[in-house]
Amino acid sequence: MSSTVTSGGGRAGKIRAGRPGAVWALPAVLFFTFFAVVPMALAFYLSFTKWDGLGDPKPVGLANWQKLLDDPRLTQSLGITVLLTVASWAFQTVVALLLGVWAAGRQRNRAVLSAIFFVPFLLSSTAISILFYALLDPNFGIIQKDTLGSSSGAFLAIVFVGGWQFIPFHTLIYQGGARQIPQVLYQAAAIDGAGRYRQFFSITLPQLRHTITTSTVLIVVGSLTYFETVLILTKGGPGTDTAILPYLMYEAGFKTYDFGYASAIASALVLAATGLSLVLIRLSGFGGMRSTREGM
Amino acid sequence: MESNRGRSTGSTGTAFSRRWVLGAGASALLTTGLSACGSGEGSGGGGDTVTAFVYGDDAVKVQTAAVARFNKSAAAKSTKGKVKLEKIPGSDYSAKLRTAMGSPSAPDVFFNWGGGSIKAYQEADKIVDLTDIIENDPVLKNGFLPSVLAAGDLKGRHYGIPMRGMQPVILFYNKTVFAEQKLQPPTTWDQLLDINTKLKKAKITSFALGGSDLWPELMWLEYLVDRIGGPEVFRRIQDGDAEGWGDPAMLKAAEMVKQLVDDDAFGSKFTSVSYVNGGAPAVFAKGKAAMHLMGSWEYSTQLGKFPDFAKSSLGWAAFPKIEDGTGDVRNVVGNPTNYWSINPRTQNKDAAIAFLKDCASEAYAKDLVALGDVPTTSNAAALLSSAPNPEYATFQYDLVQQAPAFTLSWDQALGDELGTKMHTEIGKLFTGKSSPSEFVSACKGLK
Repeated sequence: MSSTVTSGGGRAGKIRAGRPGAVWALPAVLFFTFFAVVPMALAFYLSFTKWDGLGDPKPVGLANWQKLLDDPRLTQSLGITVLLTVASWAFQTVVALLLGVWAAGRQRNRAVLSAIFFVPFLLSSTAISILFYALLDPNFGIIQKDTLGSSSGAFLAIVFVGGWQFIPFHTLIYQGGARQIPQVLYQAAAIDGAGRYRQFFSITLPQLRHTITTSTVLIVVGSLTYFETVLILTKGGPGTDTAILPYLMYEAGFKTYDFGYASAIASALVLAATGLSLVLIRLSGFGGMRSTREGM
Repeated sequence: MESNRGRSTGSTGTAFSRRWVLGAGASALLTTGLSACGSGEGSGGGGDTVTAFVYGDDAVKVQTAAVARFNKSAAAKSTKGKVKLEKIPGSDYSAKLRTAMGSPSAPDVFFNWGGGSIKAYQEADKIVDLTDIIENDPVLKNGFLPSVLAAGDLKGRHYGIPMRGMQPVILFYNKTVFAEQKLQPPTTWDQLLDINTKLKKAKITSFALGGSDLWPELMWLEYLVDRIGGPEVFRRIQDGDAEGWGDPAMLKAAEMVKQLVDDDAFGSKFTSVSYVNGGAPAVFAKGKAAMHLMGSWEYSTQLGKFPDFAKSSLGWAAFPKIEDGTGDVRNVVGNPTNYWSINPRTQNKDAAIAFLKDCASEAYAKDLVALGDVPTTSNAAALLSSAPNPEYATFQYDLVQQAPAFTLSWDQALGDELGTKMHTEIGKLFTGKSSPSEFVSACKGLK
């Protein structure tokens, strides 16, 4: 622990001149309060009212939450949302992990290719969705099949487009994570005769434990709030087969103008996403902040 | 109005008022879309300026011209009012109007579809009852076709002034394809099925259909139900009796839809084709499909996207008769027109009414005709010879003029809440996810 090169940042008890005071946090706190906490609190309040956007919200007690439990579309929607989350996680994690570890190498061609791979993440998701909508057009697109007209086709298209957009971001996270792994581990493994696969599963993967948790939480929460791709690609269709919870919320709010029910769905989503992230962090031991380099 | 507002505040007790909700969350999600109109002086503190929200498509040129004309007119001077037009892009219009009407920057005058589309506004006292104003004003009273003026009514009261062309649903066909296949547009249902069989052999889809938008599918049901059971069937549903969905005509129509779908009349890919993004019009114009059941705006859409097709190959016909049906073959479904309505909170009602009167003027009707639209004004017939396609304009005018009944599009008649849920059920019927009888029982349960 005598090293000051890598662990100088957070040591307690060391007084330094010019250390930021609480005031420095003010802009972020204000921003978060007005653009996240206040709207969330308002949505939570609206979930106990009936409001069509024109008159005054009328308190209706737990009616919207009761409806949430009774709505058959919500049950279907929950199933689709869970399925989408799992499928997105599996697709994005596997591809991003492999790409990220590959991109961590210092070879020049890898640096150039990684930069190109990152481009999709720079585009707006609306633009990406419109692009894929045109590509998947059944009469004038490149495949000319009724992809978005079949339940499985529409679902897979959403998973694919989401992956296409977000894999670059997660690749970047894994690239950073993989570069932090000390080379000495690989050198030791090589001396012991471990091949590349053994090295990957015994060194890279365990060392990336925290990175995987971070990326997983982001994917899970992201999938729960996934919206514009569904709106543009399928509008929840065919029928209601891709109507995930955020889309159902949009429909309740801005199509049928039942803002009370829409707010109940929104509040339930916030609770579910927060709860899931906490569980993930607890289960993975991420919260304990145990170093992956213990014993080194 | 004042007393009304007082009452509602009292009855909600300790609850937050709408103003509080919007005020506290002014920067919140609900109002993010309103930046365009947030800077202006809305009806709240506006004084003389009258803000008008309009659906911002190609036809908006006519309203732009009307505003310019009005702002220079004597009426504008005498009412000390100027109109400012806010063009809202089409697909966002309903949601933006709804959120704006609950905010301090609400418009004074707003575009709508009449009927169910304004029901919530009427219930919340956000729309002026124009019945007496129209009765006492010869310009407004005699200016419009009475059936069109009445089509946007709520319980026999007028809330809107017709301000766009008539939009009946028409059976369009590709003349070139019909000539090649030696076909005539169908006048009976049996002929239509026969044509489908022949076209299938020639590997041509019979009907283009923008199934992913859902509302083009609705047009089929509207006409089928009207031809089978007459306009009374839907009238009953519109008047609030959900049991009306159980009418045998509804089940029969749903079964005929299923038959068409099963016979590949719409092809195999229609569920992912959209009208709005130009997919269905392109399928039709390029001869991949021979017919297209669509609102009268199809003509101007094709004129914009495929002008050669619109000028030389686009044909039109009335929806065919169904052999043992009781509905009159001259009946029409669609949107009679669009309407201007007035927000009761406007600071300058006189100017708003004066501006609405311009819609009955000859200059306004001429602008509509020049655009290819058929005005719903009493003076329209005489102007049609100057239309870009007089033959088409006259066909449309006669179709509507002679129709014993003009049924308002079901989604507009039922309003946003029921209309959206009905769209979902219709989508399930067309994709085969629910059977005709499941469709009927699901619709009975809509509320």
